[in-house]
Amino acid sequence: MKMKPEDYDETTIELAGWPVRLISYKLGEKYICKADNVSPGANIARGEGATKEEAEAKARELAQSRLSQTRTQAL
Amino acid sequence: MADYAHPEVLVSADWVAENAVNPGVRIVEVDVDTKAYEEGHIPGAAGWAWNTQLCDTVQRDIIPPRVFEELMAGSGIGNDTTVILYGDNNNWFAAWALWQLKVYGHGDVRLMNGGRKKWVAEGRDLTIDVPTFSAAPYTVSGGDSSIRAFLADVQKSVADGGHEMVDVRSPDEFSGKILSPPGLPETCQRGGHIPGASNIPWAKACNDDGTFKSRDELDALYSAAGITGTKPVIAYCRIGERSSHSWFVLNYLMGLNNVTNYDGSWTEWGNLVGAPIERGASA
Repeated sequence: MKMKPEDYDETTIELAGWPVRLISYKLGEKYICKADNVSPGANIARGEGATKEEAEAKARELAQSRLSQTRTQAL
Repeated sequence: MADYAHPEVLVSADWVAENAVNPGVRIVEVDVDTKAYEEGHIPGAAGWAWNTQLCDTVQRDIIPPRVFEELMAGSGIGNDTTVILYGDNNNWFAAWALWQLKVYGHGDVRLMNGGRKKWVAEGRDLTIDVPTFSAAPYTVSGGDSSIRAFLADVQKSVADGGHEMVDVRSPDEFSGKILSPPGLPETCQRGGHIPGASNIPWAKACNDDGTFKSRDELDALYSAAGITGTKPVIAYCRIGERSSHSWFVLNYLMGLNNVTNYDGSWTEWGNLVGAPIERGASA
């Protein structure tokens, strides 16, 4: 069964002091959202939901949790 | 793509759409997000998980030759098959897979320019149907270890300055401010970089849509940081995957000779007892 991704959207926000890129789209009956850390761009969280808002909220929550554990060192 | 030194190593999304069912071509998805393939992939594409199928899960290394042969054969890939790799995050781990295929001497392997991001953004077909393949005979013969740098090579280079060294991690990892990319587990005990390295984050080689920047833009990016290819070049990152992407750029798109990927990378060097390091931003 073939599906076409729809409603592709990309936005950058800040979570736990770090820039985060949210990429969301609809695939089939669900929305998918992926969060990456912009620099270097590693995927750090994903969320799925019946709406874009629900998928983004799940990805944001997990990303926030993971990013808050990032330690910074004094140089 | 015509201005690249080796434009034949890239194919477009249109090319993939037209050739996905060509029996001499195998499309393979390799993602950072290992759930992406099952969520939906290019019809007919195989999927490889970087963390279980492209790593030796016991000894830290790429997969051994016999396991590589099994992976290729099980994916219906013969020695003469044209392999097209694509993946998320600007082909980050797809490039790492390509580098491994070249280490094992596969002849015709290419990247889909723009990777999964561009394919999805353009609303092209995806499927959750997982294809099955008839096993193809595959034999590793020889390979190309000249594209891989090991610890001893880097130690020698630090001692004699015999290479141009490029650290392709983020500026915060390079400086030592953070020990891993934000949100990811720390894999070393110290922050910083290998002495003498220049910092050119890997993703600077890509446009916003995931495609590679032009040859002129790439030449300008690297030469501004002193990476010109007048000496052999060693690329490294944290575990060798981002630097595979940069190795691809330097080797195939810019045409520099003698570029190697140090896949031990900062996780190895940053944990070595007694190894010299530097901290702070790129000069």
